[in-house]
Amino acid sequence: MEHRRSIFDRDISRSRADVSLSAFGFLFSELVQQIQREAESINDLEGQLEQIGYGVGVKVLELLAARDRRNFRHKHKLVPCLRFVSTTLWRYLFGKDADRLEKSSEHDNEYYIHEQEPLTNMFISVPREYGALNCAAYTAGIVCGVLDTSGFTAKVQAVTIEEPGEVDKTVYVVKFDE
Amino acid sequence: MSARSHARAGDVAWGRMTKVNGELFALTYGAMVKRLLEDHSEIDEVNEHLEKMGYNIGIRLVDEFLAKSGLPPCSGFVETAEVVAKVAFRMFLGVTADVTGWNPEGTVFSLLLADNPLAEFVELPRQYRTLSYSNILCGVLRGALEMIQYRVEVQFVRDVLRGDDVNELRVELKEIMNEEMSEEYKED
Repeated sequence: MEHRRSIFDRDISRSRADVSLSAFGFLFSELVQQIQREAESINDLEGQLEQIGYGVGVKVLELLAARDRRNFRHKHKLVPCLRFVSTTLWRYLFGKDADRLEKSSEHDNEYYIHEQEPLTNMFISVPREYGALNCAAYTAGIVCGVLDTSGFTAKVQAVTIEEPGEVDKTVYVVKFDE
Repeated sequence: MSARSHARAGDVAWGRMTKVNGELFALTYGAMVKRLLEDHSEIDEVNEHLEKMGYNIGIRLVDEFLAKSGLPPCSGFVETAEVVAKVAFRMFLGVTADVTGWNPEGTVFSLLLADNPLAEFVELPRQYRTLSYSNILCGVLRGALEMIQYRVEVQFVRDVLRGDDVNELRVELKEIMNEEMSEEYKED
């Protein structure tokens, strides 16, 4: 019987080459527009972006684990896992670490990942009517998918922080369940 | 321009572009296709939807291409095909395509794409064998070419995801559009 080459024969250790930022930008803009047409509110729009990102996050973690089988260890403790997210995962996705990871001093089980200029927001100009829409909800979804697959249930939300005199930045608020 | 200089122009343009992780790109596209499959009951609707999305991208993408490629206007449809294959594909997707299969009139050609960045990690299950997974590319080409006055139809005729050896996009020129001057520019 002839063995048809399937996707499982492929070597996944070789990672895919880059594409242009523009290509990603065009694709992501179109994705957002598609969702926006049917979304009933900004929350709905962000929620859908999160949902789509979640699936990607699950796959990314599996991919990173499978690729680096010898060295990769699933982080079973919360803080190492978050550190993995803000460094290794961020570097894989965006080519650099997240700007900052910090623990909330006010709320239990709450952490913040800072990002000055999310990739997802570079191509979307948010009109006034959309107010606080933050398309980094997609990245928040990816983070949520990664955390969940690592065994940590959390809500991740991309929040816009306005800094007077400076460009808005994004903070991913990660709130873990008890 | 010679074939070699098109390829070189492609490499130069690619070198200037900011890059992102191609896997993030592929996974994002995959997530989008998956969503469309959930939203539509007919696979043909998904194919059409992908093509329309591509069209929306194509009409905007061409401006960036013209601005960043630094190329002079093409001498005609034949050269346009080469520039699309060697410069545009390279610049945006990092891969080059080959132009083949010209008809005698020079109005129909094929783009062969050995490496499709959209289809990374993808395997089509049986029930989706009529899905033209990368159909967005057809729309991008249609939109972009329309902006330079070529009205075309583009079909994905061979797809590696459907078991073929190579990805083949068939581009058919339907009409060369003439720019129409609106009323106010007409001489009295």
